Amino acid sequence: MQKLKRRLRLLLISAFCLLSASQGNAHEFTGYASGQTRLFANSAQFSGQNDQSASFAIQPEYYHEFESGSSLALTLFYRLDSQDARRTHFDLREATYLHLADDFELRLGVRKVFWGTTEFSHLVDIINQTDLVENLDAEDKLGQPMVNISFDRDWGTIDLFWLPYFRERTFPGKGGRLRFANVIDTDNVIYESSKEEMHQDFAMRFAKVIGDIDLGLSWFHGTSRDPTFIPDANRSNDAKGRILYQQIDQASLDLSFVASAWLWKLEALFRSGQGNLQSTEADDYFALSGGFEYTLYGIFGKGWDLGLIAEYMHDQRGDNALTAFENDIGFGARLALNDVESTEILLGAIQDIDASSRTVSIEASRRLGETWTLEAEIRLFMDQPPTDFFFSLKRDDYMQLELKHHF
Amino acid sequence: MNYFVLAVYAFFLFSNAAQAETPEEKGLAIAKEDDRRDNGFHDFTARMVMLLKNRQGEESVRYIRNKTLEVEGDGDKSLSIFDRPRDVKGTALLNFSHKTGTDDQWLYLPALKRVKRISSANKSGSFMGSEFAYEDVTSQEVEKYTYKWIRDEEYRNQKCFVFERYPAYKNSGYTRQIVWLDQKDYKILKIEFYDRKNAPLKTLMQSDFKQYLGKYWHPGKMYMENHQTGKSTLLTWSEYKFRTGLKKKDFNKNSLKRAR
Repeated sequence: MQKLKRRLRLLLISAFCLLSASQGNAHEFTGYASGQTRLFANSAQFSGQNDQSASFAIQPEYYHEFESGSSLALTLFYRLDSQDARRTHFDLREATYLHLADDFELRLGVRKVFWGTTEFSHLVDIINQTDLVENLDAEDKLGQPMVNISFDRDWGTIDLFWLPYFRERTFPGKGGRLRFANVIDTDNVIYESSKEEMHQDFAMRFAKVIGDIDLGLSWFHGTSRDPTFIPDANRSNDAKGRILYQQIDQASLDLSFVASAWLWKLEALFRSGQGNLQSTEADDYFALSGGFEYTLYGIFGKGWDLGLIAEYMHDQRGDNALTAFENDIGFGARLALNDVESTEILLGAIQDIDASSRTVSIEASRRLGETWTLEAEIRLFMDQPPTDFFFSLKRDDYMQLELKHHF
Repeated sequence: MNYFVLAVYAFFLFSNAAQAETPEEKGLAIAKEDDRRDNGFHDFTARMVMLLKNRQGEESVRYIRNKTLEVEGDGDKSLSIFDRPRDVKGTALLNFSHKTGTDDQWLYLPALKRVKRISSANKSGSFMGSEFAYEDVTSQEVEKYTYKWIRDEEYRNQKCFVFERYPAYKNSGYTRQIVWLDQKDYKILKIEFYDRKNAPLKTLMQSDFKQYLGKYWHPGKMYMENHQTGKSTLLTWSEYKFRTGLKKKDFNKNSLKRAR
């Protein structure tokens, strides 16, 4: 941690020096501040939890582009939460120098990189660690330190990544909802590698657009972003949930194919070196997620667009998978009103094929005036049998409201 | 064949052609000439401000930066970066327009750092909640329409061709458009749009034209009024810069990600 702080300081100082010397375009300061509340429908299961929470978050951003097209970007994030001490956290989301040369792009520093095409699960996305305390949907990510060089040629784009430092996943604390019975012991994480978070990870990606197809082939070698849960012998509520970060290799493919109003999507991976829900012993597996989004444009003569989504999710480890979506079908509907307020509603339901478990989510957002947005989110965990991954969330149905001011 | 016979032959050929030119042929010839005059700009960058107004007069504003690259033998490539409203800042749209077939489109969502391939079938959909549809703001190619010349007339003190054009691509929101094009500089002064039921839908008025590189005329203001909803959008262009040295590699998924 000390090391990381020193590195950060060095990075910030060098960024500042570069800034002072720069003669390029204007310096841009933007970002948002938000207030958020979560209301839970049922009383809490575990001691320390509460039925509502309030929090405040701020994300300031700085951006500067030089005449050459090279640029500096800095994004900070801080959340203060009323219930969960662990959800009160700071993260350096981005601190990147991008060097734009004639035949390559070099990106140095802390960044976020997204790979993938499907909507319900983000299977192949692996560069960044999930900031799970932010949201269960795993779409919030922690900044990842990296050196990334990208070559763009007529035959495709090659990206090489050197990831010199590993970020541990955030998990809700004792006061947080949306957690297992056991609070994950994030202070005594176990690593397979003796180098722990200093293990040097590498990744490669080839991407190409072939007409209506966007194809990505990726390979990752290093510390798995997904922890393996160490099976807990006495299963008592007080036992600390220990987690293990293992060394893995992952080969993956992501693909999208557009045909008029149809958008077909596929993500698939093979991973070796990771354990499963029962054991930390490596259980090599194959997983995929794929389906379509079909959009009806201008419905009801109002200019509304309705996107219908269906995706299938499969994990070869079955009930031993480290995910709730091992053999599930997701259905979704995305309604965009295309109005001045950019009103959007996304409805999603994921149904387990072998069991009764079902999760339903509703997300809605709209702009208020020029600088405010209001977002609402509802998540329901229905009929979770004791064997299901989300069983401990069975009383955690919630509604979240978030008001954001953008500056 | 001696020269005299050739000259007579040529005379009859041309006069015949002139007489036989149908309104459709004349319309197409005008569109081709317009396209020829627009050729060779290579690339440009510009800023636009979109002022949206509803029937009650409530206003909303959007700021967009635009980069366009001319592609020889095909439609233009363009990159639009949104600056305002603040909540969509950094969102960017990459469009490869094609003379025939559907355009290729990618959308960059900065919060997720995600590039999404999107369907370009939504031609008639609103661009950013405005009265401009996607088909109004993407590159206009000769092959995208069929044409019919109607008449010549004086409009805003300028001698104009008035012609109709009919979308030749799928999913258009229009049956036809009537275009007023000035005969001297080939500036589009006005377009009337008719919906799928052939009812008057929108009118576009273009003004504040400026000439760039001593050749290319571009409007400073584009005012689109929707007669069916009472809404309007005023698009104001500024900071036009031509031949800025943009290349093909400035219009791909990597450049979309670093657009901001």
